Amino acid sequence: MSTDVKTATPSSQDIGQHPNPNGIKLPIYMDNHATTPMDPRVLEEMLPYFMEKFGNAASRNHPFGWAAEEAVELSRERIAKLIGATAKEIIFTSGATESDNLAIKGVAEMYREKGNHIITAVTEHKAVLDTCKHLEKLGYRVTYLPVQKDGLVDLDDLQRAIDDKTILVTIMAANNEIGVLQPIAEIGKMCRERGVVFHTDAVQAIGKVPIDVNKMNIDVASITGHKLYGPKGVGALYVRRKNPRVQLVPLIDGGGHERGMRSGTLNVPGIAGLGKACALAQEEMPQESCKMAGLRNRLKDSIMSRLDEVYINGSWEHRLPGNLNISFAYVEGESLLMGINDIAVSSGSACTSATLEPSYVLKALGTGDDLAHSSIRFGIGRFNTEAEIDYVADRVVETVLRLRELSPLYEMAKEGVDLKSVKWAAEAH
Amino acid sequence: MSYSDKVIDHYNNPRNVGSMDKKDADVGTGLVGAPECGDVMKLQIKVNPQTNIIEDAKFKTFGCGSAIASSSLATEWVKGKTIDQALEIKNTEIVKELALPPVKIHCSVLAEDAIRAAIGDWKKKQQTAKPAEMHAAQ
Repeated sequence: MSTDVKTATPSSQDIGQHPNPNGIKLPIYMDNHATTPMDPRVLEEMLPYFMEKFGNAASRNHPFGWAAEEAVELSRERIAKLIGATAKEIIFTSGATESDNLAIKGVAEMYREKGNHIITAVTEHKAVLDTCKHLEKLGYRVTYLPVQKDGLVDLDDLQRAIDDKTILVTIMAANNEIGVLQPIAEIGKMCRERGVVFHTDAVQAIGKVPIDVNKMNIDVASITGHKLYGPKGVGALYVRRKNPRVQLVPLIDGGGHERGMRSGTLNVPGIAGLGKACALAQEEMPQESCKMAGLRNRLKDSIMSRLDEVYINGSWEHRLPGNLNISFAYVEGESLLMGINDIAVSSGSACTSATLEPSYVLKALGTGDDLAHSSIRFGIGRFNTEAEIDYVADRVVETVLRLRELSPLYEMAKEGVDLKSVKWAAEAH
Repeated sequence: MSYSDKVIDHYNNPRNVGSMDKKDADVGTGLVGAPECGDVMKLQIKVNPQTNIIEDAKFKTFGCGSAIASSSLATEWVKGKTIDQALEIKNTEIVKELALPPVKIHCSVLAEDAIRAAIGDWKKKQQTAKPAEMHAAQ
């Protein structure tokens, strides 16, 4: 490999100092669970709705309104088709957090007379967990199911947790940190048998793995645009209309848009983009998921064949094709990110979070805090290439090796010291 | 998180990385922090017993860039100082030199702790070594 090739001129500080023989554009974006870049075909679909077709989809009396409404209804159909639903079952929102709030609070309030018990899991997104915590303050009872070492919910735990006061089970389809896919179909079946509404936060899964609301007995599902190469600020909620019909109390009252479940003038360009993103996903998912898994496996193999004491977090088998979450023992995550600063990824290290706590998802798996601090999440997406994967693997390996030389823990482990038995003079912070 | 140029410089070119013989009577070793907290610093000093001057210092750190920079800087600062002078190094001076943001102040605290722990270890060795030397002299 040539080491003297000077390449692209990246904007941020001190990027581009590393050998880059393949003409890769730096920095590389590999954080596709945080957000995805928009597909140019999506942008193209959206553009007319900012200027020439600017109408309000609720304007029934003129062509401006009709054009907007047409775009909205096409989007509804495209989203519905991707998840096996009907267009009338799709409600537009501002994004995943609103969808999760509307689903959980809306069901909780609507079914309050039937019961006050909600079941979720400890590895859910904060949009679900914090909504549940809010409901606890209002007198609801919430069971937070633990997960197994591989990140999966134990179905027997769920079966035992459901009681005659249970009105809602909310379990995500795919985890945003470790990419683990929950047994949604089995959970859906169980909920249907017990007469409990089943909501799934499917934002990471939709467009990446097949989701079918009927085959999986999903009653309510959260969707967002920007995780599947669509725009930010737009999302949707699937709400089952029959067998059984699910009803929600709205969070936002007003003009009665979206069958009264979500008032507010529709974000037509965003909605058009979300629909197009779903249509593209529908068409390309089979090939794309193979490509993602191939790139992901290439990255994993390249790293793990050259480094020891690297641990995969969460189930390898039940996982999003583009997700790789690994811990590099003896190396702290933020320092690793600093060393690979021409690559955009995330870490479960406390130092990278606002709370100074390491990832609660990894802790729930029983990963020690030390390994949680050492974790990196790679989120491979539609636009990543093999050359980028190889570059990322090389940079990660060289940085981990360098930081291990700097690590007293690595030195102690090599000397045969059992790090678990050391009495650390910890400075609590 | 954006880092100051000095933090980046210490991260890219850490000073005095390495280890000294822990058993050497003139070497003091400080090991502070805990893996669960995401920071462990090992700082070692080699002291001339005649002059009490720190003639060499080495470090290894598991932690974020600011932790690596704080300990790297600490080794630079203690070198050439007497034990008493080294004990006067305050974490606030490290914060100032590296322009650490508030969330990274604990890194500087840990570096100060590491200096004190290394000096403490060296002093302990001096006290336990003396009776042994006297014994040997007899």
